[in-house]
Amino acid sequence: MSYFLRKLGFYVVALWAALTLNFAIPRLLPGNPVDILLAKLQQRGGSVTPETREAYALLLGGDDSQPLWNQYLSYLGNLFRGDLGVSVSYYPAKVSDVIMASLPWTVVLVGLSTVIAAVLGVLLGAFVGWRPGTWLDSLVPAGTLLAAVPYFWLALILAYLLARVLGWFPLQGGYDVVLDPGWNGEFILSAVQHGILPALTVVLASVGGWLLGMRNMMVSTLSEDYVLTAEAKGLSPLKILRSYASRNAVLPSVAGFAISLGFVVSGSVVTEQVFSYPGIGGRLLGAVTNNDYALMQGVFLFITLAVLGANLVVDLLYGLIDPRTRARS
Amino acid sequence: MTNVTPANEPVVADAADRLASAAAEEGRRPPRGWRMLLPTMTPWLALGLVLVAVITLFGVVAPYLVGDPQTVRDQGLTPPSSQFLLGTTQTGQDVLAQLAFATRGSLQIGLLVGVLATVLSAFFGIYGAYRGGIVDEAFSLLSNVFLVIPGLPLVIVISGFVPRESRGLWTIAVVLALTSWAASARVLRAQTLSVRNRDYVAAAKVAGEKPWRVIVVEILPNLLPVLASQFVFAVIAAILGEAGLSFIGLGAANSSTLGTMLFYAQNGFALSLGAWWWFVPPGLMIALFGTGLSLINFSIDEIINPKLKNLRLHRKRARRAARLERELARSARRGVPADGGASDGADSRAPEVASR
Repeated sequence: MSYFLRKLGFYVVALWAALTLNFAIPRLLPGNPVDILLAKLQQRGGSVTPETREAYALLLGGDDSQPLWNQYLSYLGNLFRGDLGVSVSYYPAKVSDVIMASLPWTVVLVGLSTVIAAVLGVLLGAFVGWRPGTWLDSLVPAGTLLAAVPYFWLALILAYLLARVLGWFPLQGGYDVVLDPGWNGEFILSAVQHGILPALTVVLASVGGWLLGMRNMMVSTLSEDYVLTAEAKGLSPLKILRSYASRNAVLPSVAGFAISLGFVVSGSVVTEQVFSYPGIGGRLLGAVTNNDYALMQGVFLFITLAVLGANLVVDLLYGLIDPRTRARS
Repeated sequence: MTNVTPANEPVVADAADRLASAAAEEGRRPPRGWRMLLPTMTPWLALGLVLVAVITLFGVVAPYLVGDPQTVRDQGLTPPSSQFLLGTTQTGQDVLAQLAFATRGSLQIGLLVGVLATVLSAFFGIYGAYRGGIVDEAFSLLSNVFLVIPGLPLVIVISGFVPRESRGLWTIAVVLALTSWAASARVLRAQTLSVRNRDYVAAAKVAGEKPWRVIVVEILPNLLPVLASQFVFAVIAAILGEAGLSFIGLGAANSSTLGTMLFYAQNGFALSLGAWWWFVPPGLMIALFGTGLSLINFSIDEIINPKLKNLRLHRKRARRAARLERELARSARRGVPADGGASDGADSRAPEVASR
């Protein structure tokens, strides 16, 4: 079986596992989410028909009239039609619409800052590992400290220093609320201004991990024989660094993107809470506090989908970069 | 990381051999047995140990020395003073007292989750790789799937479904452990696969040893440094994860951890009121404890991957050589004759440097 097919197969299994987990969690845990949800819905002025009840019961369990197996199949069917139910906290908006509205914020913020952190960390790590004993070495303990700092605490500190004390950036929100969201210069400028602090938090908190990983791999790679050979051939140090050492050392960092992405997404969920950012993490937490279980599950599914998708892309790229992975399978 | 582990990944069992042979080459007696599994003392390791020890001591002892953290006074939001070393919260509670109890709570959950996650990863990683075949395939698939499903959102969803009254310390610990064992299990699997086919393991199997004995006596000692490093990492991850969970109000009910402190600080508008003494200490505590554990982990990593250790020794040698060169240059500039004390000292040291 070819490498790519195997990878695709794995991600199909992972996706199925995530969907099933989503199906099982509300059924395995104590409490009756459907009743809480319907009570909320009535408070909001929604009418509870037997059909609504059945739709939520499919999503969250609690419907005993059908066997579990049928519930599972209808649940999967609903998902494939994109029907995630109606959000209670944003009634009468559909869950998928609420998610779609907040998705761009998170994708741009987390996506951009992750890429910046990864590139910065890998480059710095390569140099630290390449030239041990320079002042750059002090980046290692600094990186350790940053990696151990809780994301949201770093966010609090940055918000306190840069927004409250110095007043450089706005403290909260994703854009100036007096502006209408749209593709005009004023709005984009305001969005960028509001995005810098959260982005800085994500970059600062995750750059240390990249740096350390790359440095350790660089150190290992530099003691390989082919680097010694390259030196003996009299190649310029820059060429050795670029084409011999860092190329091979960067491979685990690329493969490690999967793990780091999970961390970054997790961290950004809480970071968004600190800044009241209108992204998907803020929606998830809002859903939790409002017992909006349908939105909660929808957001979890979307986050999982995004992480799985990004991992799939990285894995396929990895197959292209490193021929050994293809050869082995 | 869902890709096959790189072929050049260091294996601990080899690492021990290599360390021994390196020591033998230098004419020293190779360190014996368990000593070889202990990290070398470096300033960084010492700093890490001190940090962890001091914070643990604070978490264990300080709750008995401070007052009741819940006492409400009419001195709200006072900055640090001699009466309240770390100031007070909005409702006049002593921040230092809260910090002491919160540190204890965080350490408890960190330890609990660390143990649970390590046991889980050891079971899925080592046992799966040892059995091989379909069990290995299934366990490996399971850990790979858990690896790509984002942890904290899953934890949030699970905690969201559990009613607040039944959300105890153990629930949170189990949920955190369930979402954090996968990465370690993968590493353990790779290490076990390479140890499993050693001759002595085969010999033990042929001799009719029971599987649990082969795993515990023959395989496990080889993996101890890896397990130790993973345990330390699991503790850091658990403390961070629990803090995040508590910060968004999903922590264990009635618990007091560093995360709940930050939760109350955020909800008491500590940020906009400028009460830095309320939200800085808890986060700093987590950061320092995490740093201490990471520094310890680096030293353990040197056992797993001796190339890192070689780097450190190499750097030490380079520094010593540079210092020597400077000394020589200085004495030469001063025009000290060849029979002078300085050059004599350098001569006697030079062979030593060369021989290293």
